[in-house]
Amino acid sequence: MRNLVAAPVILLAVMMQSAIVSRVYLLSGIADLPLVMLVAWALQEEVKTAWHWAVATGLLVGFVSGIVWFVPVIGYVIVVMLAQILQRRVWQAPLLAMFVVTFLGTIVVYLLSFAILRLSGVPLPVSDTLGLLTLPGVLLNLLLAIPAYAVMRDLSRWVHPSLEVE
Amino acid sequence: MRDLFSRTLQTTIIFLVVGGVLALALGGYFSSASNVFTGSLINLQSWFSSRFFAVQDFLTAPRDIASLRQRNAQLEADVSKLQAQVIQLQQEVGETQNLAALVDFSRANPENDYKAAVVIGRDPSPFLHYVIINRGSNDGILRGMPVVTDQGLVGRVDAVIADASRVQLITDAASNVNVHLQNAETEASLVGSVTGDVTLDLIAQDISIEAGDLVLTSGLGGGYPPDLIVGQVVNVRSRDFDLFQQATIQPVVDFNRLEFVLVIVNFKPVDFSPLVPVP
Repeated sequence: MRNLVAAPVILLAVMMQSAIVSRVYLLSGIADLPLVMLVAWALQEEVKTAWHWAVATGLLVGFVSGIVWFVPVIGYVIVVMLAQILQRRVWQAPLLAMFVVTFLGTIVVYLLSFAILRLSGVPLPVSDTLGLLTLPGVLLNLLLAIPAYAVMRDLSRWVHPSLEVE
Repeated sequence: MRDLFSRTLQTTIIFLVVGGVLALALGGYFSSASNVFTGSLINLQSWFSSRFFAVQDFLTAPRDIASLRQRNAQLEADVSKLQAQVIQLQQEVGETQNLAALVDFSRANPENDYKAAVVIGRDPSPFLHYVIINRGSNDGILRGMPVVTDQGLVGRVDAVIADASRVQLITDAASNVNVHLQNAETEASLVGSVTGDVTLDLIAQDISIEAGDLVLTSGLGGGYPPDLIVGQVVNVRSRDFDLFQQATIQPVVDFNRLEFVLVIVNFKPVDFSPLVPVP
């Protein structure tokens, strides 16, 4: 039942991404709110359902976006995998892990998108993609990382109150 | 008799003294002394007056401050309410102006049937330039239908669900629109980019084009109706060793502030993919 909280949160994140975040540009880059929220959720100690969130978020983003549906699904699953690995390594510094996973996750998702679009024949110059999309996108995601982590930590404590009492 | 003389003398002397003093005063001989005297009086009266006002303020101020604060709070609430109304009305005026412009455009181009739609979102991926509109197959929208505003071409419908559609903008890197230059009477290909810049490609080297030339859809390929305004030439890149010239285009539509669009619902795009030979 606790997993059901994912549905409204994912929906809200994707809606906010499409309606608001996608309109806020830094050069040509935009933040990826679903990705950052996913990373923040996956890094919570009590959370064991991040994989489900990754697949659901990826499918929803794939449905809304013009990009091939499996790109966000694979990208977000890799992001959760990175988060799970780092959570066990640097669990005493969750914010550091948040920044690292956000950075690496953004690069992974962008690389996947770039590769698939190039394979499908879309002309994407590497220099423009790196300088005008990827780096500003990474910066915006890192800026979103702290508030997203705080929100998802509160959500995690709300969903798992028993663990908090212990 | 002697008393009478003495009183008369006294009275005369008094009159003389008073008259002399008056004469001296009227002649201005006592001005410095009178200034000192009147100045002292005025200062004294001012002091009394100021003390009176101080006492009056002390006695009446608490009541006034309370009533003024109440009045001020009420006025501030009124101002806030009016400011909210002004903002709401300004938004409504802006929307009305946009819709009126779209109606004017549809009246000026009666050969097409239009369906107005609101832009409700953008593509979550920064690599793609798509928008999401609030009209779908329930409103007769089909894949491939061109999308315009009163200013010019926006793009075409890429995917449709019941109550929403995804529109590929002409700024998208995968977008390709066949256009012609109004002044140069030549065909060209308009391509988008990952940064949203729009470029004109495949212009023959012998064609003369200049900044300011108008770019319109040509209708070739059957993807868009002809003669929709796309933009203006900003600058031209022509190098001797290139096969074709290129030109940077300033689109007439501001894609960052896209709110309302019109879908041309009576245009059936031609799908010629079956005619393309498969290698």
